[in-house]
Amino acid sequence: MTVDMFAMQAFTGLSIFTILMLMALGLAIVFGLMGVINMAHGELMAMGAYTSYGTALFFQKFMPSLMDAYVFVGIVLAFIVTSVFGFLLERGLIRFLYRRPLDTLLATWGLSLILQQVFRQFIDAKEVEVPTVSWLKGAWQVTEGIALPLSRLFIIVLAIVTAAVVYMILFRTRAGLRIRAVTQNRVMAGAAGIDTARVDALSFAFGCGLAGIAGSSFTMLASTGPTTGQQYIVDTFIVVVFGGVESLLGTISSAFLIGQMQSWFEFGLGGSMARASILALVIAVLYFRPNGLFAAKVRR
Amino acid sequence: MQTHIESSSPARAAVANVGRSRGFLERWSFAILAVLLLAALPLSLDVFRLGLAAKFLSLGFCAVGIVLIWGYGGILSLGQGVFFGLGSYMMAMFLKLESTGADSSAQALSSFFGSSLPDFMVWNSIEALPWWWEPFHHVWFTLPAIVLLPALLAFVLAYANFRKRVGGVYFSIITLALSAILSIVIIGQQGVTGGVNGINDFRTFLGVNLDEDRVKIAMYFVTCVLLLACVAVGRFLLRSRLGKVLVAIRDREDRVRFSGYDPALFKAFVFAVAAIFSSIGGALFTMQVGLASPSLVGIVPSVEMVIYAAVGGRLSLVGAVYGAVLVGAAKTFFSENFVEYWMYFIGVLFVVVVMFLPDGLAGLIARVRARRSKAPTPATAPLATATGVAK
Repeated sequence: MTVDMFAMQAFTGLSIFTILMLMALGLAIVFGLMGVINMAHGELMAMGAYTSYGTALFFQKFMPSLMDAYVFVGIVLAFIVTSVFGFLLERGLIRFLYRRPLDTLLATWGLSLILQQVFRQFIDAKEVEVPTVSWLKGAWQVTEGIALPLSRLFIIVLAIVTAAVVYMILFRTRAGLRIRAVTQNRVMAGAAGIDTARVDALSFAFGCGLAGIAGSSFTMLASTGPTTGQQYIVDTFIVVVFGGVESLLGTISSAFLIGQMQSWFEFGLGGSMARASILALVIAVLYFRPNGLFAAKVRR
Repeated sequence: MQTHIESSSPARAAVANVGRSRGFLERWSFAILAVLLLAALPLSLDVFRLGLAAKFLSLGFCAVGIVLIWGYGGILSLGQGVFFGLGSYMMAMFLKLESTGADSSAQALSSFFGSSLPDFMVWNSIEALPWWWEPFHHVWFTLPAIVLLPALLAFVLAYANFRKRVGGVYFSIITLALSAILSIVIIGQQGVTGGVNGINDFRTFLGVNLDEDRVKIAMYFVTCVLLLACVAVGRFLLRSRLGKVLVAIRDREDRVRFSGYDPALFKAFVFAVAAIFSSIGGALFTMQVGLASPSLVGIVPSVEMVIYAAVGGRLSLVGAVYGAVLVGAAKTFFSENFVEYWMYFIGVLFVVVVMFLPDGLAGLIARVRARRSKAPTPATAPLATATGVAK
């Protein structure tokens, strides 16, 4: 194996990592911090992707001169749409089920089926493709044999920025402090004057918004279909569980590991078997480290 | 999230058939089911509809198992499709090998290629029968394997996880990953598994033609009797002391552990029993529908099986059978009339049952009865601990 191939393979892994991480960050907040199993997380991602798609169509039709900038508008809109949806979802459904995590799983699964059919019926039953903006076309030719596609580089930057923002919000703002307080001890947080119900709703909405961003960036790599979300949901959950719930750093590291494994295994085994063996490997690892690879050592 | 909630459960007791006074429907539920399945349905349906009913009933095996492990064990398995699939594929492998050996066209094909391989292997230019196909030439290997292999897999997997105290939603996610793995492998290894098309095109079981009406009706009765037997086994388990320990584990696992029991062993045992039920269902499904398909193995069907149990009532073994038949019938109805609304229907069903009918139809009956007898309405108690407790 030459250095070039090695670099390209690692870069592919890095690219898978960023998508996994963007998806898993939202889930890490919703599932890791709040303990809510949202099986519709994948569909929220698809919703973000469709929002980007809609934005692209709108720009193409009405403001073709500004087409180059639609990417950013798409990302912001995707965040807004999915987080508003997430807020309504929390108020309308999730909050009644906080004490029944397994029931939340089933109810959100039902929701995911409904959303899939909505996508299929009202948007398109086939996969839709978003036009690539001009400045993301092409690749950065590092050396003779290494060409890094610009769109993937952009997503990597986006992922880093998103992760940094999530970190800042959780650990450097008042709102983040409240979220962490409610996570650690709901009753005491309430006693200290924090409106726990409001914090729940907002953090859920925030997690859903992150799924929207993931979906929006996903459109730059692949086409979006009604079942796109379902294809990714298991992998995303596995990333969060593997990394150790309640640890953002764990989620990021595990997304990195799984992304790299996916890339290298695919090289040797082919795509589907790579996925299967990674899932099996994760189950095996969880046997030895039930709380995930990077679990915080806390007393429960 | 630490949410230990004491279960205040007259509702639980009422639906669980261990309570004080029970209504006619509850007391005779097993007998009513037996009469319905063995007399009412066969007398009122034609052979085609009876075949459909048998198909739903084979899925009912999974639902009965889910009631055992989820309703009473607090373990939500999203991987019953795996065990259903194992049973289904093992039976299909046996049937395929038998029909490959007997079929004249297959023999012509095999003499041409110089080997007697199932047709899809020939198409995928597989040269020799994989070693793990070999034992499935024999019926006396296949039938015990359908019972034992899934049980073994389920027990090892469950015991390993429960011993490490991986439970609740984590175990659900692991079972979810398991069903993803099996369906990916089946679809990926087309040459030896039949891939997306599955294994199909077989007609005989030990020389008996499965397409004949007479045989179909007989198979229906075999399915019903086995299903009733599974329900009976489930009832026996729940009424035994094992059942008591199981419910205790569901409601307060640490207390049971402190009392000197090994909860992992109990949970893994019940999980294995549920796996056996699913596998038997899968084998019967394959014999009657003539197909083993990855579309019944993956995540979507596995989660759908949970809704069968939830509709019937997660605490009612008998209810699970009704749930499977009702949801299955609804699916057929929608696909015959307006396909596009099926997803809405099942989606809404998930939400509504979880939100408003956590004890399913059985809970509804108990609630109606309680209201009529003007007793304090029991079924409104929150369903907290039955679903396991998040860490």
